[in-house]
This record gives sequence, C-alpha cells and structure tokens, in this order.
Amino acid sequence: MAELKLRGVEKTYGGNVNVLRDINLEIDPGELIVFVGPSGCGKSTLLRMIAGLEKITGGELTIDGQVMNDMPPAQRGIAMVFQSYALYPHMTVRENMSFALKIAKKPQAEIDKAVAEAAKVLQLDDYLDRLPKALSGGQRQRVAIGRSIVRDPKVYLFDEPLSNLDAALRVATRIEIARLKEAMPDRTMIYVTHDQVEAMTLASRIVVLANKGIAQVGTPLDLYERPENEFVAQFIGSPAMNLLPGKVTGTGAQTTVALDAGGVAVSTIPTTDADLGKTVNIGVRPEDLVATEGDAIFEARVDITEALGEVTLLYFESENGVEDGFIAKLPGIHKDLRGTTVRMTADPSKVHLFHNGQSMRT
Amino acid sequence: MHPALQGLMTIVIGVSACIAYFALSNQFLDKVLFPARGPNAGRNINRANMIRPWLFLFPALFALGLYLAYPVYETLRLSLTDRVPGGGYEWAGLDNYTQMIAEPKFWEAIRNNMLWLLIVPALSTAFGLLAAQLTDRIGWGNIAKSLIFMPMAISFVGASVIWKLVYDTRPADQDQIGILNAIYMALGGAEPQTWLTIPLWNNLFLMIVLVWIQTGFAMVILSAALRGIPEETVEAAIVDGASPLQIFFKIKVPQIKNTILVVWTTITITVLKVFDIVFAMTNGQWETQVLANYMFDKLFRANDWGVGSASAMVIMLLVAPILVWNVRNARNEMR
Repeated sequence: MAELKLRGVEKTYGGNVNVLRDINLEIDPGELIVFVGPSGCGKSTLLRMIAGLEKITGGELTIDGQVMNDMPPAQRGIAMVFQSYALYPHMTVRENMSFALKIAKKPQAEIDKAVAEAAKVLQLDDYLDRLPKALSGGQRQRVAIGRSIVRDPKVYLFDEPLSNLDAALRVATRIEIARLKEAMPDRTMIYVTHDQVEAMTLASRIVVLANKGIAQVGTPLDLYERPENEFVAQFIGSPAMNLLPGKVTGTGAQTTVALDAGGVAVSTIPTTDADLGKTVNIGVRPEDLVATEGDAIFEARVDITEALGEVTLLYFESENGVEDGFIAKLPGIHKDLRGTTVRMTADPSKVHLFHNGQSMRT
Repeated sequence: MHPALQGLMTIVIGVSACIAYFALSNQFLDKVLFPARGPNAGRNINRANMIRPWLFLFPALFALGLYLAYPVYETLRLSLTDRVPGGGYEWAGLDNYTQMIAEPKFWEAIRNNMLWLLIVPALSTAFGLLAAQLTDRIGWGNIAKSLIFMPMAISFVGASVIWKLVYDTRPADQDQIGILNAIYMALGGAEPQTWLTIPLWNNLFLMIVLVWIQTGFAMVILSAALRGIPEETVEAAIVDGASPLQIFFKIKVPQIKNTILVVWTTITITVLKVFDIVFAMTNGQWETQVLANYMFDKLFRANDWGVGSASAMVIMLLVAPILVWNVRNARNEMR
C-alpha cells in the first residue's frame, strides 16, 4: 500500500527554463493513475522525477508520508518500465529479471522463487535462458514488466510502455497490464501515455497535463462528460470536440446561446442573469451531433465522408462560422450525404459551455 | 625547382591521375566495352556491373600486391637462402632459422616481446577505458580528451626523444633535468639512477612510452562505444539499485565488450611490430631487445639477410593470427 503525494512540485532546467510548475496531486494506494498530454507537456519528465531519474527542483514528493526528493531511486520503493524496454542486452531473461535482487544481495533461493513466479504470470517460463535479442517485441516488454514485478515495488511506473509495439500487440499487452493491476489491487501504478484509448481503458483516474501544469484530474468518464476547460474537452475524445463561438441570450436552469454563425444552442448547464450577454464557446462532441429539421446549432455542407462501417464521419466545409476540422459522427453508413447541406443539433445535456476557456459548469 | 613546388605538383598530378583513371575507365566500360544500347543492352549492363568493382579495386589490389604480397614472398625466399660473396644466392634450407634459434639475443627479444604483449595492450585499454568513462560527463571533458589524444599525433621517435628526457640522468652534483630523477632525488634518493640500464625495469620504462601514445587511441574508440550504450539501460540499472561501479562493470563494460577486444587486439599488433621506441631509446641494449629491432640489427647492421628475413617471418607469423581474429571481430561488430 503506497500513497503518493506531490506538493507544489516544479521542474526547472538550468535555472530558468521552466517545464513543470506547481504540480499538486494526491495518488491513493492501489490507484492506476494515467498521465496524458500532448508531446512535450512534461508527462515523462514528471514520471522520471517520481522515479528519481530527474531532480525535483521545487516542491515535495512524498511516498507513504516520507519525503523522497533526495532519495536515490532504488530506495523509493518504485520500479519502472521503459518505453524502449531497456533490457540489459548481454544478460539472459533470467539475469535481467534477477539483477535488482542480486544487487540487493537477496538469497539465491528467494531470487529464484521470485523470478519463477513472475515468469509464470507473464508466460515467460520457456524463454528464461534466452537473450533479449532472441525475443519478439511483446516478449521483451513482458520481460521489462517482469523485471519490475520481481522487485515487488510499492509503486509501478510505466513510461509509454506500449508505444514500440504494433497495433495488435498493443491491445493484447494493454489487457495484460489491466489484468496485472487486477491481480495486485494494493499496488499503485502510474502510467504515462499519449494514447487516450490506453488512458481511458486503464486508468482509475487520468491526469491531463498541459501548459506546464495539470489541466484536469478525474476518472475517465468525468473527463469525457465534464471537461473543466476547452483543452481537456478537445484532448479527450476522438475526433476532438467541436467548438463554436456565441453569446448567452437566455439564462436559468437551461442556457440558450445565440451562435455568431446564426444557429442556436441550448445547454442544460444552468446560468444566472449575470451571465447574460457573455461571450462563450459551445462545445459539442462529433458523436453527439444529430440531424434535425428544426432549430439547428449549425448548417453546413458536407465536404468529405468517411464511412467506417459502424459510424460515418462527416467533415464539413468551412463556411457560416463552421471551421475547418468540424466533424460529426453519425451511426451507420451515410456516404450519400457528401455534397449535401445538413442541419445539425444536439441534446441540451450534451452541449458544453466554455467562457474564457473554462467550463461554466459549477 | 623549389621542393615545395615539386611536392605540390606531385600531389596535383597524382590526384588528377587517380580521378582520371576512375572516370575514364568507367566511361570506357560503359560506352565502348559494354554499351547500354543495341540488342544486348540488358546483358551489357549486367556484365559492366560485374566488372566495375574489379576495375575500381584494381589500383588498390595492384599496389597492395606490389608492396605487401611480393615482399612477403621475397622475405620468405631470402630467409631460406644465403648470399654468396661476390653475388648470387644459394639454397640454405632452415639453416638461418636454426642459427637464429641458437642466439640468446633472439630469445631475449622473444621474451621482451611477450612482456610488451602482456603489459602494453592491457594498460592502454584500461587507461583508455578509464579516461573515456571519466571524461564523459564533465564540462572540460573534451579538453581532457584532446590532451590525452594528443600523443597520438607525435611520431614514435618524437615520443622517444621526449621520454628520453624524462629518464635523463645527470651527475649527482648537477641539477637533474630528467623529471624521474628529479622526483627520485627530491624523495631522498641516494644518487641519480640511469633508468634505461636497469634490466627488466628498463623494458617497463620503454613500454610506458607506447602506453602513453596508445591510451588516446583506446580512449577515442571506447568513448564512442560508451556513448552508443542505450541510456535507458543505465537508468534501468539505477532504478534497480546498482552503484556507479556496478553500472560501469556490470552494465556498460559487457555491452562494449567487442569494442574492447578490437581495441586490445589492434594495440597488440602495434606492440608486436614495435621498433622505433626501442631503436631510439636503447637500441636493444641492457636486455631491451625486441624482435623488430633484432631484425633491423641483423638486416642492416650485420648485413645478414638470411637471419634478418627469418626473424621478419617470425614477426609475421605472430601477427597474422591476431590480425585475422581482429578483422573477424570488427566485422561482427559491424553486423
């Protein structure tokens, strides 16, 4: 059981290049936390700071109440799985997995037992005496995971562990990691990825990092249904949420927004009279858009259709305030809509409101 | 004509002749011998491509044959014959070899060569590895590297002159200009030593010169190899709790094992051929003889071409297996 706390943690390179600032996060024992964010947002740096591979230049990291800022990595009770596997190429699978225990001078019997158990869980029994170069990508990644299991750490750190695998293997290994987590309910895991499918499927909570800080922390569905800002709204969900500018014209339990392009949107997010006339962006996910004959949020010509079988993606032409990259996702196959003009609206409960980039939901 | 001008002209003529050879022979092959047109265009292209490598390799093969292969054959012939006074040769069989084996000076050279072989590659590689690792992460590492590498640019004879001054001896009542004696006297030595005449130790003093030169070479190659190690394996070892020493010996060194072997064997070959240092510093006196200097003595001082060539064959036989092994290793490394 390990609880991990970050208090005002920051990272500065060379005294003035600030890459992370004021990170506050409490991770409960047994959680699987996923850090996501665009490349360069500092998610890997944050993980490496927790691992002790990067110096924490400000704030405090505690694991189980103990300050870990200056503790060497091996004494933090963590184990790390690297994106490139980082297996020792000159050692067999067995030697790779037992290296940490050998360094810690554990008795041989204990080492053998731990390696045998981990190998069994990861189905590596038959490969123990092979060198890493004789293994496939998936097997190498399993050895890397096995290397951390053997140490039985309090906190597992995964740095984009699936990025080097092909698509099919990625799904299989993802499920394996989910099973592994289930088998060790009291172990805390922190997982870094840029793939939101991994984030949504694995995480108990997701931390979205952007702009040197935390954009939002929440369960996967929280982030999907109640994004706190435009960044999270557009980052979570694929294709990204559509945003349209407008002005608040009606307040109350339901809010009415007159869109600059002429459409009308209604949202179940309540507002007060003080909000009347505010400039807002409404947000609608492509999958929440439906065709209508009545009041429409927007009306636009379909430029391109992509029929994927179970859904069809409609890409709209940029006109009437509709911007490039505006997308609707309709169930079924609708290739015939190409070139036609459609009117789209959405259920008020699915319409998000953002003022100055922040959600108006309180 | 001014010699500098002559040199310049030689360079210009030589280089343009090389370029002209490659360009013209290539043209001849493609345009005249096997032109890529007519009914047999496809076949001609294939044939031209089969011949082209040999065409381009020819100058190198020819030069190597003339200056390497032929001398080997000639040395072998000389080692099996005796010169007859007044001109001509007569077959001598293995006489030259038996004569050589009977000489204590030959065995002294063999013993010393073995000592060189054990000590110089080991020390050069070890110091080179140490220097490569220690200069890797520090700000002035590159300056340190340049300084350590610099002796590589000095000729063996130049280095010998420098080190002869280090080992220099002056009478006890004068200031010692040799730093070794200066230190020795400052530490309370009774009287200045003539370092290069102390048997067995003087071998070591000569070896240090070569170690000094070769450490830079080992460092440069090993430093590149160390940089090639995936950083993540080192980080994984840190997370696994390995100390810096354990990381160096258990993670880094095993990963560059092949490069270390190549460096080791390359220096070994240099050591087997060592001549200049011994020639310039002791000339094989005081039990410092080595094979190459022994060969030189026999060939050009004693004018005994038979025994001299025989010792040359011995050196070649010693170098050949290491050379083969070295090339094979280097090839494996490239794969």
